[in-house]
Amino acid sequence: MAPAIDLPAAQFAALQETVEAGTVVDHDGLSGRYDAETDSYAFATPEIDRNGLTEREFHALASDHAAYVSNWYFWAETVGDRGAHRVAFLRWLEGGDRVPERYDALQSGRDREWGQLRITVRLDDTGDRAYAIRHADDAEAAAEDLTAHQDPLDAREIGTYDEAGRYRPLRTAPSLPTGWRFPDLDAHGVYEAVEAVYPATVANWHREREGELDVDHWREAAARQTGIYKAVQDLPDEAVEWVAGACCVDSQCTKRREWELDSANELDADGGDGIYPCREPCSLVVAAARKWATLEEEEPRTYEFELTPSEKQQLEAMIDAIADGEVDAIREADVAEGANRYRVRYLREKRIDDAGNLAGTPTHPDAGDSTTAADDNDD
Amino acid sequence: MQSLVIVAHGSHLNPDSAAPTHAHADTIRETGAFDEVRTGFWKEEPSLRNVLRTVEGDTVYVVPLFISEGYFTEQVIPRELRLEGWDPSEWDSEGLSADTAVLEAGDTGQTVHYCGPVGTHEAMTDVLIRRAESVTGDSDIGDTVGFAVVGHGTERNANSAKAIEYHAQRLRETGRFAEVQALYMDEAPEVDDVTDYFESEDIVVVPLFIADGFHTQEDIPEDMGLTDDYRTGYEVPADVAGHRIWYAGAVGTEGLTADVILERAADAGAELGDALDVVRDRTRQPTAGD
Repeated sequence: MAPAIDLPAAQFAALQETVEAGTVVDHDGLSGRYDAETDSYAFATPEIDRNGLTEREFHALASDHAAYVSNWYFWAETVGDRGAHRVAFLRWLEGGDRVPERYDALQSGRDREWGQLRITVRLDDTGDRAYAIRHADDAEAAAEDLTAHQDPLDAREIGTYDEAGRYRPLRTAPSLPTGWRFPDLDAHGVYEAVEAVYPATVANWHREREGELDVDHWREAAARQTGIYKAVQDLPDEAVEWVAGACCVDSQCTKRREWELDSANELDADGGDGIYPCREPCSLVVAAARKWATLEEEEPRTYEFELTPSEKQQLEAMIDAIADGEVDAIREADVAEGANRYRVRYLREKRIDDAGNLAGTPTHPDAGDSTTAADDNDD
Repeated sequence: MQSLVIVAHGSHLNPDSAAPTHAHADTIRETGAFDEVRTGFWKEEPSLRNVLRTVEGDTVYVVPLFISEGYFTEQVIPRELRLEGWDPSEWDSEGLSADTAVLEAGDTGQTVHYCGPVGTHEAMTDVLIRRAESVTGDSDIGDTVGFAVVGHGTERNANSAKAIEYHAQRLRETGRFAEVQALYMDEAPEVDDVTDYFESEDIVVVPLFIADGFHTQEDIPEDMGLTDDYRTGYEVPADVAGHRIWYAGAVGTEGLTADVILERAADAGAELGDALDVVRDRTRQPTAGD
């Protein structure tokens, strides 16, 4: 049974005004209209269907079925005539059930996850909605342990830095810091906060749901680049695969990659399970691809190194630890780990010569100057 | 319904790059002059490619928070926003007079009033003056001080120097400052030699840049001799070769820059009510100086 809604006078007045203006209300199971000729009202829900009502009877029925009326009021007046993506997102937050079941669920609070956000929508006794947002990892945290924010635009600052205080150039990276909450946002506030944390994700999610997502595949996105980024057009196809595998998987970005090499050639890399789509290579991917396009111009060559089997495995472990962001998690004295700092320092003492060359093997043996390679970083 | 979109460069490395864009957007949002105010970036999110689809209105004023006309305003922004039929000739500008062009966005169908960059608007001169007031903490700053406007120079974009010269000339014409000089980072007259170009003991130095970053926080302070190492900071004012240098940092961080964004939108036909007066008043800081 739907929770009791105490229909505010303003909500009934809005309904009455709307139907008296000649609009037929037909929303989420509620229908209402006014017949000026007979000066009578009609009111229906899935449970009842009455017409020829006096104003008093109309008001009484609206009060008896206040959940439907308040639901109409929320969507028609509180949310109002805003962008289709905003409305669709707010609707998705509370689910698509019929009003009585939805109101039941909303009374105890309905949770949704959007990237790393946990969004809770609750109903008050007038049928208005209140929204709360916190980091999904803080789902069980005590409210007093989280810093409370009121202004939805605070979310912009929250999303600018990761837990360690480092700048997050990719807003959709799964590195949103914890420790904060928005306890009480209205419908527009929750949308603005989500837009601030994950810009444009709602708009593209909505386009995808409507079957209108305009995906720009790699080759199209590369072809329109100019200036210094025109170089990404030279990136070999197999390297695009590596770019997607390196940058666009769930561990690196909460978006779900929908772009491929081109419309006829899919990439093998996992596009991820994110709820909102990625419709084209982002600026970080393009900027990184520019670097890789330059690096891929080099021809491979054969080097001869002397390493013990364990040292070879250690190099592999180091690459894994850095690529997976696990370096900081390796304990100071855990020398069983190849990427442990002491293990790496030992390897450097033993295998890197004074010129910085691995196992004493020059990077450019023909050039006669083995130190230049370390200096070609233009960052 | 009218919407404002401020577009800017942004950065993958420096969070300060987008800070003025967000600050000015907030200032304008508070005036209520637009039904919505959004920001879009070349290097951050929402990207230029995606920003228009976050906008809910059909009439959109797009103002580039850039210093000069050139590659970004003429090629990158119109291309990424999918402004159909765009050609730089729409602005009929030789580098300083881009005002507005009305185009349709290919993916959203919105009517976009694409404005010239803030840096070449005459109102930017007022922001330079406000910046001088802010950095000295003196709202009457003027007849005893020299004013240096600093820019990149022509190496990357010929129009960049035009904007610097334009505002330097306008500053001279106000008659408010003892001396005004345009200086450059990569060509003569160079900012390194700032004290050679002024008789006045006090020199206010304002870079015509949108945001603080590598150039304004590292290069220019070191080049002028305010500090040997930018990481240790510098004094304001700093004593250099018998002069006192009041180094202001990027002009675009000055709150009054929001006024120039509004001026651009107004020139393109936006209805602003009293927003211009509100912004000029609210962004005035009585003192700063340190």
